[in-house]
Amino acid sequence: MTRPSSEAEYLARMVPPSVRGVDRRTLLRGALGVGALIGAGGLAACSSNSTGSTGVPTGAVTGTVTVGSNQSDAVPKAAVQSYMDAFAKANPGTTVKINTVDHNSFQENINNYLQGSPDDVFTWFAGYRMQFFAEKGLVGDISDVWKNITGMSDALKKASTAADGKQYFVPITNYPWAVFYRKSVFQEKGYEVPKTLDDLNALGAQMKKDGLAPIAFGDKDGWPAMGTFDQINLRVNGYDFHVSLMAGKESWTDPKVKKVFDTWAGILPLHQADSLGRTWQEAAQSLQQKKSGMYVLGSFLAQQFSKGAEQDDLDFFTFPEIDSTIGTDAIEAPIDGYMMSAKPKNEGGAKKLLQYISQPEAQLLALKADPSVIATNQTADTSGYTALQKKSLEYVKSAKSIAQFMDRDTRPDFASTVMIPAIQSFIKNPKDIDGLLTSIEAQKKSIFGS
Amino acid sequence: MASKRKYRGIDQLSTRDKVVVSLMVIVPTLIVLWLVWLPAIGSVLLSFTNWDGIGPLSGIKSVGLQNYRDIATIYPPFWPAIQHNLIWLAVMFLVATPLGMLFAVLVDRGVAGTRFYQTSIYLPVVLSLALIGFIWQLIYSRDQGLINAITGGTTDWYGDPNVNLWAALVAASWRHAGYIMLLYLAGLKGVDPSLREAARIDGASESQTFFKVVFPVMRPINIIVLVVTFIESLRAFDLVWVINKGRNGLELISTLVTQNVVGEASRIGFGSALATIMLLISSVLVFIYLRIAMKEE
Amino acid sequence: MSLAADPVQERSEALLKPHEGGPQSGRRWLLPVMLALISLIWLFPLLLALVNSFRDYAFTAKNGYVSWGGFTLDNYTNAWQQADFGLHFTNSAIITIPAVILTLFLSCCVAFVVARFSYRFNLALLGFFLAANLLPPQALLIPVYRMFRAIEVPLWISDSGTLLNSFVGLILVNMAFQIGFCAFVLSNYMKALPKELYESAVIDGASVTRQFFQITLPLCRPALAALAVLQTTWIYNEFFWATVLLQQGDKFPVTSSLNNLRGQFFTDNNLVAAGSMIVAIPTLVIFFVLQRHFVAGLTLGATKG
Repeated sequence: MTRPSSEAEYLARMVPPSVRGVDRRTLLRGALGVGALIGAGGLAACSSNSTGSTGVPTGAVTGTVTVGSNQSDAVPKAAVQSYMDAFAKANPGTTVKINTVDHNSFQENINNYLQGSPDDVFTWFAGYRMQFFAEKGLVGDISDVWKNITGMSDALKKASTAADGKQYFVPITNYPWAVFYRKSVFQEKGYEVPKTLDDLNALGAQMKKDGLAPIAFGDKDGWPAMGTFDQINLRVNGYDFHVSLMAGKESWTDPKVKKVFDTWAGILPLHQADSLGRTWQEAAQSLQQKKSGMYVLGSFLAQQFSKGAEQDDLDFFTFPEIDSTIGTDAIEAPIDGYMMSAKPKNEGGAKKLLQYISQPEAQLLALKADPSVIATNQTADTSGYTALQKKSLEYVKSAKSIAQFMDRDTRPDFASTVMIPAIQSFIKNPKDIDGLLTSIEAQKKSIFGS
Repeated sequence: MASKRKYRGIDQLSTRDKVVVSLMVIVPTLIVLWLVWLPAIGSVLLSFTNWDGIGPLSGIKSVGLQNYRDIATIYPPFWPAIQHNLIWLAVMFLVATPLGMLFAVLVDRGVAGTRFYQTSIYLPVVLSLALIGFIWQLIYSRDQGLINAITGGTTDWYGDPNVNLWAALVAASWRHAGYIMLLYLAGLKGVDPSLREAARIDGASESQTFFKVVFPVMRPINIIVLVVTFIESLRAFDLVWVINKGRNGLELISTLVTQNVVGEASRIGFGSALATIMLLISSVLVFIYLRIAMKEE
Repeated sequence: MSLAADPVQERSEALLKPHEGGPQSGRRWLLPVMLALISLIWLFPLLLALVNSFRDYAFTAKNGYVSWGGFTLDNYTNAWQQADFGLHFTNSAIITIPAVILTLFLSCCVAFVVARFSYRFNLALLGFFLAANLLPPQALLIPVYRMFRAIEVPLWISDSGTLLNSFVGLILVNMAFQIGFCAFVLSNYMKALPKELYESAVIDGASVTRQFFQITLPLCRPALAALAVLQTTWIYNEFFWATVLLQQGDKFPVTSSLNNLRGQFFTDNNLVAAGSMIVAIPTLVIFFVLQRHFVAGLTLGATKG
């Protein structure tokens, strides 16, 4: 029986007992020791396992490879098209058929999509969201592709690995979450980048005096505030506890979690008021219009700024240190990439395509669509990067541990049906933290215990 | 005027007519049975499980009433959702529907430009959700919205849970009135003009004519409007969904069902239990309607 | 009661004209002014969006929406170029037209039987159809999805070999969810028709089919027009089932064009508004085409005397 690494181990425990518990499957697991087989839909899992041994074709591949893409708006769509075309060109006899579905529909239907007639290769995210489909046997093992992949860090490989120790994901781009600000504002007012929570509070007080909202904040859609929670938790309790909490292994009534909310409640007055009716775009506009001083968000924030001088004025720093024993070496940088469905029609082509996607050529083409993200392959040429991209790259490289994002690191049902309402109710009423945590814990037990 | 002759029994139909009548009922019945009732029964059964929608049906495990217990005890949005649905129902009944009926009556009077008036009032019904979301964002946004810009206020129309339900109800009424106007207008056009003429000759005023003559003969159409209002209020979903996915003061049962069932969350069992509760509530009201209707037949 | 159309028509036309102000002709201006006011209030939010669909996003982002300037036609040209409207309009037509026609026809059938032959059984039948409409469709998602995936159909019906991924499946679902509502509305309109109309037909020996097509359907014209407009709007704008049951982006109806204008995080709302205006055109056309049935009304008194 293969011994899972420690990260893989706790992720394996995320699998609901209802799935683990059935006798036949337990038996299978015992016999084969393969986590992927635990998943329901035993047939799919079996076939994905057996096909895993065919390997990546070293020679030419032919036929059509189908790709499910959620990149539906014009620029990213064209970018996907461009690297798929480049792949087809490099492999004569191969065509790539792209099935583009808008981002929102793609995400809402992913479960049904994967159980219907999915494309050979499809866009997805690293983290629990990737592991989950691997456990369920809905995606194909691509460990052999990874044997040929060069230029990817161990951290990225770890992020592409499921509980069974096999790889199911190929990263293409990622982007950091941090505290963004406008250089011109900081220069003009003589602000210093805060290093600690005290610095942040002092800076916030100064900004208030100067008539700025210190921290832009918009949580109408529910997810942006998850990022703030993640940042504070990573600083207060560190990466290991964060991951463990997301995995449902820690109690939400633990004083450690309470401290996160207490800390947040302490800096909540620095945040823009009435955040629950504001979209992130409106909040970003207040930063752009120099009405706010800082904004805790992902680097996609840059899309709200005009290209050129305005985007160059944008800079970021890591969320300040809260506990010196924990430090600031854990960051959040969600990874986007591709996976292979469990039973691809053209497995050789699919694997070859995935390998191509891991390489700098494809990744740099992808960046053309969105200059706020960075290539995951370390050998990618960064000479064309903007200042912000260069800084992002450095930031991600220097981090000791990288979290994905709350809705990528924990069960999606827990994130969307429990945490979004819970965080929103905290923002509304930061006083009743105990009651809130008790409620989260009760729901967590019900969801993770099911 | 009513006929004493008995001619309206299936018994008196020819064999061919009987076949035709049967077909007219059976085909639609089968479609609805197959695609609505069968899945509905499936949904009720699933509400006793914790299935996540993945894998074969044989892997489904029963959890008894746990979902229902969780909903009533540890699921914070449930009771607010029930309350919001009831408020929604009340506002539609007391404001939006009467408004739509009034518009229909006014438009029906046939003043010049009636087509323009009809179109203006109906337009909100036609628009896609994406546009409706944008329209009301323009009006309600705290920082950039029209209302706050004009009044100079800082009311957080969408974010303040004490306010946003009412803001959403204004938007919902805006759409609902146009919808009701259309249905009611079609009914008004069916009213025999000679009735009005007779009332006018008798010296009845306009409003007397409407309330004493037109309104009573419109009874079947009035029932339609009531039932439609009821269905729409209970199923109210899209407007709230496009605002903030039914959270933070805008919880409705249908949005809770969707949050749990659709997407990666896939709490099929839990979501089905919510849907079953909704079905139960509606069934009670449908039953009441049928009782009233039967008494009158 | 007379079946002849002309006298009634004349009478109703004669009625409409002096009716406006009523006896108190001094208040004749009141009605148009009220209606104009209501229309303006109702149109205002829409006009706001229309104006902003002609504005540059960078401008409104910088100056807020309550500002003036930044006018451009680019949003419309960009929306048209980026959203692949041609393909998605075709898909929408393939789905909407058959679904609306079949829904209305089948609903008429049910409603006719229910209204014409009043048995208790029929009331139960109506309850059966109506209650179906009370369920949130999302609750039925998984069972319907599973059934469609399992049902195999010939390839000429669906290129996927199952009802999943096929237009036929989507049309069926749309019908199933709308028949109940339409049958209910139509049966109530039909109940408002005078029974005497059928009496003479029965005496003449007209078959059920003839009664249905020659008496009932023509008299239901305003109701049918209203329902056709509503159904077209709803089925055309329906997106939930389409994404679940079609799964392939190039089969999606036109609403997906709008979603294709949105980014993963960032959305140019002005662009989406422009796209929405384009998408709304077909439903507006249907409304205008059928509108005369509300304006003209029936040529026949259709109320129990």
